[in-house]
Amino acid sequence: MKPCYINSAVSISAQDTLNDSSFLENTISFEGKLAKAIHPNYKKFISPIASRRMATAVKMGVAAAKKALELAELEIPDAIITGTGIGCIEDSEKFLNTILDNDEQFLTPTSFIQSTHNTVGAQIALTLNCKGYNVTYVQGAASFESAVIDAQLMFHENVANTILVGGTDELGKFLINDIILAEAAEEQPILTPFGEGAHFFTLSSLKQNNSFCVLKGLKIFNKATTETIQTKVEAFLKENHLIPEDIDAIILGKNGDAFDILYQSLQDSIFKDTPQLHYKHLCGEFFTASAFGFWAATIIIKQQYIPDALKLNSIDKSSYKNVLLYNQLKGQQHSFTLLSSC
Amino acid sequence: MSQNRVAITGMGIMSSIGNSVEENLHALLNNKKGIAPIVNIETRHKNEIKVGEILQTNEELSKMLNLPEEHNYSRTALLGCIAAKQAVKQANIRDIEAFKTGLISSTSVGGMDLTEKHFQNYNAESRRLINSHHAVDSTEKIAELLGITDFTSTTSTACSSAANAIMLGARLIKSGQLDRVIVGGTDGLAKFTINGFKTLMILSDTDCTPFDANRKGLNLGEAAAYLVLESDAVVKQENKTVLGYLAGYGNANDAFHQTASSENGEGAFLAMTKALKIAEIKPEDVNYINAHGTATPNNDLSEGKAMKRIYGDFVPDFSSTKAFTGHTLAAAGAIEAVYSVLALQNNVMFPNLNFKTAIPELDLIPVTKVTKKSLNYVLSNSFGFGGNCSTLIFSKN
Repeated sequence: MKPCYINSAVSISAQDTLNDSSFLENTISFEGKLAKAIHPNYKKFISPIASRRMATAVKMGVAAAKKALELAELEIPDAIITGTGIGCIEDSEKFLNTILDNDEQFLTPTSFIQSTHNTVGAQIALTLNCKGYNVTYVQGAASFESAVIDAQLMFHENVANTILVGGTDELGKFLINDIILAEAAEEQPILTPFGEGAHFFTLSSLKQNNSFCVLKGLKIFNKATTETIQTKVEAFLKENHLIPEDIDAIILGKNGDAFDILYQSLQDSIFKDTPQLHYKHLCGEFFTASAFGFWAATIIIKQQYIPDALKLNSIDKSSYKNVLLYNQLKGQQHSFTLLSSC
Repeated sequence: MSQNRVAITGMGIMSSIGNSVEENLHALLNNKKGIAPIVNIETRHKNEIKVGEILQTNEELSKMLNLPEEHNYSRTALLGCIAAKQAVKQANIRDIEAFKTGLISSTSVGGMDLTEKHFQNYNAESRRLINSHHAVDSTEKIAELLGITDFTSTTSTACSSAANAIMLGARLIKSGQLDRVIVGGTDGLAKFTINGFKTLMILSDTDCTPFDANRKGLNLGEAAAYLVLESDAVVKQENKTVLGYLAGYGNANDAFHQTASSENGEGAFLAMTKALKIAEIKPEDVNYINAHGTATPNNDLSEGKAMKRIYGDFVPDFSSTKAFTGHTLAAAGAIEAVYSVLALQNNVMFPNLNFKTAIPELDLIPVTKVTKKSLNYVLSNSFGFGGNCSTLIFSKN
């Protein structure tokens, strides 16, 4: 696969990642089970008329996408590829509540129209009048990574020069409460709060003046155990002509549940002398939370600096050239992502 | 002939016109439609709509999969598992991990049929069912059933979802990332979608009439279909029987409206144009078009205009099979991929049922009877909400 250059990275999350120019210096911690996104002034990105009809994920997604394009000085990308795990749950809930409360009567189409998983990708296309390739992936915790793999493939096929990729998830208002209750009943439940956010990136097949990072490799797979994970990560690094010692930081999707042993097995073995990072205590757990990790990795490479809030150990490196991300959810939807300086 | 062709070596399907590829073909050749009043879902609209429903209950489908009584399979997952299993069986795959094998599924409604039952009423049962809501759930269950541990993904672009899953699968094989991939889509009927389309006022109270001047809207349907795609190398090594090839694919966005298609069918036009380019064929090489043809006033006019933009007055033979199955949403692109391959295999075009009068603006007359004809290339369209337009081209050789 050809390298993918990253020309802009935008995060809207439970931290003030969009407005605060310092890199996770003033982080917020959460008391409850929810880590709600800090919203920008959407008027800067979306007309008030359009904004009124948009649910949280759509607003976050369109705003993050526009900001990413603005930073990359790109008007219209060749393709828009997005990922979401839970989709447009706010509008789904609104429509479902009306069906149930009014016994399938007095329904209006607006919330149904905006309930489909591809609403964010579609609204971005509509806003930009972008007629290019457009797909939405819904592979749980590997939704964002699926979108990035598709972009990588497009560059490999020489059918696009610039691509907008992103991941969006919103908390919603109802189902999340039941998800929290169900999770709490688990023997070793998720300990980080549940979060939401939108993360968008512009990628290009060629290195540009504003390229600050390069995606070297990305692999998603559905199953792994503590016995197989080490072999899998080594094979992935080998495909990219690297060994574990070449990794300057490993960013792990730890959330405190029983499946953290997958991360721990790597922390205790091949990456025991590597700077180890986590992030879900800052953005919360959600299906595209790994895009927050991806965003953090690009900024680490750009600024050559790891904020304390991300550190799991006290190991430092003089430079951060290769950053590896590993994420999974409940032992499924695994991803390895390798980002490097360029 | 380009390198790395994408061969189709297995197909599986569950739809309102049959629980296997053979049953579906038989129904298509004998004008046996699956559109009827709704049975399995309790809805106050039952007398106002007709649907393409699979008559087996969830209990009956569960038995086909030998599931324990207390499971958490949504209807979407049940249909998907059965269809995917058939596809792998036809492809004669014994060791799924013998080659680098992936799964790309798709769904729009996911496990909404279960969510409808426990939403805002948390109890012990909802704890068991809650994660079945997510779109990834049916994919995970299919992966588990087939033993796929490697590349697994899911697309959701409303009614073009499965076409995009098939497209990604083909691209991963062509680029050498995978040797084999099971691709398709699944959507069970749910109150959610019935009411959604009802509020849009695009549901017909009669059998739908695609491409007819007096069309009143669509019939919803439910279905699942999967295809096994394999690389030339695997086909050669395993001496596989090839059912057909996926020769071309195209994806574009109409960028016009969240739900309506543009008047000149821009997205559809672009998707078809791209697919012809990938297939490296001329428009006139296409012998038959399996149209999206939902029978909504908007779609059929827009799609017809897009076909005319490419073909002028010489639009190839075309038909919509949605009057047989209803519009099966995320699964539509997959079941129509199966029908396209069946058309190629049997050199036959399936009828566009219920057609009487051409749309005046188009003056296009679809194939209305089972028609034998030598077919080399079949083009299949799938368009969805959000302007997501996709085209697949299947070839015999």
